[in-house]
Amino acid sequence: MSAEVGQFALILALLLALVQAVAPLWGAHRGDGVLMAVGRQAALLQAVFVSVAFGCLAYAFVTCDFSVSLVAQHSNTAQPAPYRFAATWGSHEGSMLLWVLILALCGGVLGAFGGTLRETLQARVLGVQGMIAASFHGFLLFTSNPFLRLDPAPLEGMELNPLLQDPGLVMHPPVLYAGYVGFSVAFCFAVAALIEGRVDAAWARWVRPWVLAAWIPLTLGITLGSAWAYYELGWGGWWFWDPVENASLMPWLLGTALLHSALVLERRGALVSWTILLCILTFSLSLVGTFLVRSGILTSVHAFAVDPKRGVYVLGIIALTTGLSLALYGWRAPAIRSGALFQPVSREGGITLNNLFLTALCATVFLGTFSPVFIEMLNKDKISVGPPYYARTFAPLAIPLLALVVFGPLLNWKRDDWRAVMKRARVPAAMAAAAIVLGLAFNGLKGVVTAAGLGLAAWLIVGSALILVRRWWAGRAYLARSIRTTPRSIVGLTLAHAGLGLLTLGITGVTAWESDKVLSMREGDTVAFAGRTLTLTAFETVQGPNYQAREARFTVKGQGAPYVLSSQKRFYPTAQSQTTEAGIKVTPLGNLYVSVGEESPTGVVVRLWNHPLIVWIWIGGFLMGAGGAVSLSDRRLRLGAATKVVPVSAQPAPAE
Amino acid sequence: MKRLLLIAVAAASLAGPAGAVNPDEQMADPAMEARAHKLSRDLRCVVCQNQSIDDSDAALARDLRIILRERIAAGDTDEQAVAFLVARYGSFVQLQPPMRFDTLALWFGPLAVLLAGGIGAAIYIRGRAPARSATLSAEEEAEVAELLNSDKAG
Amino acid sequence: MRRLLFLAPVVVFVAVLIGFFAGLGRDPTLLPSTMIDKPVPAFSLPPVRPEAQGFATTDLGGEPALVNFYASWCAACRIEHPFLMRLRSQGVTLHGVDWKDEREAGFKWLADRGDPYVRVGHDGSGRTGIDMGVSAVPETFVVDKRGRVRYRHVGAITAEVWEQKLGPMMEKLRAEL
Repeated sequence: MSAEVGQFALILALLLALVQAVAPLWGAHRGDGVLMAVGRQAALLQAVFVSVAFGCLAYAFVTCDFSVSLVAQHSNTAQPAPYRFAATWGSHEGSMLLWVLILALCGGVLGAFGGTLRETLQARVLGVQGMIAASFHGFLLFTSNPFLRLDPAPLEGMELNPLLQDPGLVMHPPVLYAGYVGFSVAFCFAVAALIEGRVDAAWARWVRPWVLAAWIPLTLGITLGSAWAYYELGWGGWWFWDPVENASLMPWLLGTALLHSALVLERRGALVSWTILLCILTFSLSLVGTFLVRSGILTSVHAFAVDPKRGVYVLGIIALTTGLSLALYGWRAPAIRSGALFQPVSREGGITLNNLFLTALCATVFLGTFSPVFIEMLNKDKISVGPPYYARTFAPLAIPLLALVVFGPLLNWKRDDWRAVMKRARVPAAMAAAAIVLGLAFNGLKGVVTAAGLGLAAWLIVGSALILVRRWWAGRAYLARSIRTTPRSIVGLTLAHAGLGLLTLGITGVTAWESDKVLSMREGDTVAFAGRTLTLTAFETVQGPNYQAREARFTVKGQGAPYVLSSQKRFYPTAQSQTTEAGIKVTPLGNLYVSVGEESPTGVVVRLWNHPLIVWIWIGGFLMGAGGAVSLSDRRLRLGAATKVVPVSAQPAPAE
Repeated sequence: MKRLLLIAVAAASLAGPAGAVNPDEQMADPAMEARAHKLSRDLRCVVCQNQSIDDSDAALARDLRIILRERIAAGDTDEQAVAFLVARYGSFVQLQPPMRFDTLALWFGPLAVLLAGGIGAAIYIRGRAPARSATLSAEEEAEVAELLNSDKAG
Repeated sequence: MRRLLFLAPVVVFVAVLIGFFAGLGRDPTLLPSTMIDKPVPAFSLPPVRPEAQGFATTDLGGEPALVNFYASWCAACRIEHPFLMRLRSQGVTLHGVDWKDEREAGFKWLADRGDPYVRVGHDGSGRTGIDMGVSAVPETFVVDKRGRVRYRHVGAITAEVWEQKLGPMMEKLRAEL
């Protein structure tokens, strides 16, 4: 029964989305308040109906209703309950429903809380949102219906891909999708602004929190995905430059640029048309990210089952969404002007530079991801673009950007003096120099890159922390008060930039000092590795809820108290597939990573890795997300905080 | 049913790729083994999705690892050993794309975007800069900057 | 001029989009062969059939031939096999290489299903296949009168593949000097 309810709710949602796509736009054009109100109601109802549909599918999964084809394919009774629930979005159809759910919820929030916006702007934003929603409801219903029935229903289902049966991955898709879909709101605002032909302060105050609200989960989602790949894929990599990873990195890079340019727009009314372009491109790359892997254009470890019909539909959506909005941009954007002036050396100038580098980085990833497709079409030859390419193109662009990060918050708005800025940067510069000298002392001249990485990390961490320290030091007489009154946005930026420093530290550490060893061991054997000794104490078969495993247990001695580490090779009989569960000892200084391989008469193959400082990569990533969250909680950024409607061009430069 | 099969194949090809070098493949000479290890990380497994032969469990990846080590043992340079595999499987096996006429955009595109963007940004910033009315002396400016600095907000 | 700048994004996008659409139909797993128009690398393989001759480079040339890589563990070869038998009965010169397989298993395959090949060599280590850039079986090479590879087909040979590609190709090569 639930499947039919869900299906019906989806059809209603599609109809509501069509209403939402037409009524408010027409209403705004005609100045008809009733039609605009219809748009708000449609958005709210649509959120309700998509929630119902998602609830129905989740219910079918949790209750093992194998008469629903999707459930039969991705779940079975032996699968633990949390994974039965997570299997709701473990397939193409289910994950699309999740995507549409988040989209509908965004629309609902816009409809419910957009009252502080100018009515026509809200109506146009909702109208554009309705168009996007309608196209995806259509995609879901016509090419990827999650509610198809099986007759007769099987007694037992298949299984969710065992690799996905993991707590980290249960969270990964919803978080990542919240990021991708969140950028759709900024997109809708951008297109609405182009239709209206003007951008005002209220627009900017609405867009920035939405951008931040999308950027936070995207950051966390990428970090989660990296951590998951590290411990689950079983060979200790943390980033593979796989097309799907790249697909999430591209909107992240442009989204980060957008986050900063929206700040300039909000505070100073500059970079207006550039910000609009970024809104369009960021969401377009999110679309490319979510869907291109489903089109069969690229091979990827992550690709869902590929269906060319879906590929055509998805490309059609991208063509319409991005193509029309960019055409609208080319037509309307030249008329949108902004008045604020600033000197080259200023916060605005710094952020322009930040945007320049982030855009170039995004272009690099785009070229690396898609040029194999284009080159193959041009001359039939196939090339691969892997880590060595990015080491030669991405890294040289990322390093100067990281070096510039510290200057940003030190710069004054409007104008500044570079000598004064240099003076403010003395302390982090000294710390960076110390780190470089230390790095060189440890590694010799061979380790120039490592030393530079360490210097960069120190520069970022100290330079960011100093923003808060300086502030609190200046108000040390009333320390408690000055800590309390520090704007959250400043705390947020400090955390995010320092997180970038920790990320740099982690990447530098693991790249420079990673070591590995492969050997064959029998029970009782001991091996010395990376300052520790590992003894294989037991190697035996264990039974899991829906798998059998061969488990190797090691006692590790050296570097602190002894501990036990175990690694499994799991076999999932229903899915007929194997996974490797690595044994990982996480410490701030480095991880010991053990995974078991094939068995042979001479013992079992054991692979050992030492990953120095690697955990800081993910701590840094989470800290960046946390920084974003703190910043979002700033009162200035709360939704609807701005009620005044002042066109940017008429807005006087705020006094500082 | 075909889709189920595809999923199963995808799952199977994903399963258990655990840094795949086996102890019996390794070379006795640690320096040569280190060279082979490093090279094999940048060679793509042609039957896998997106893995190096160093990471892949596939039988062909294992063969290629062994061939690579044989070439090194036979005295090949790194370039010769890689060229041996490229001659058989094309530039697809190299995770580092070749530098050719048709890959110029790939290799120099990032730089071109940076330069074009830099020129654009410079023109934009020049257009934004107010006509400088030099009313403040350097000291006064520094003073103002200090003052501004003391109450900066994010 | 300024207006044109604002139109640049949509122009670039349209170009990229055309590329995406063109890329849709293509199989991303298909790898082009490096062997085209090159002589077949030298090999001399032991026989799969006991007491029969092996298969060597010197057996090629003179008349156009197909060299088919198969293995007993290969599922797609099972689909292909009946069609290979048909080609044999039509008098097409078809040689076989049993790739990365046990010789006994490769022989049992022929004994059970019929033997479509003129010569069959056993490539247990897979090195001959690797020398020709074989990545998975079945793969079939078209070799011309001078012993050069002219075409490679990846995957099972079906009636459609034969009629559209391999058949006409063989016809053409037969006409060559």
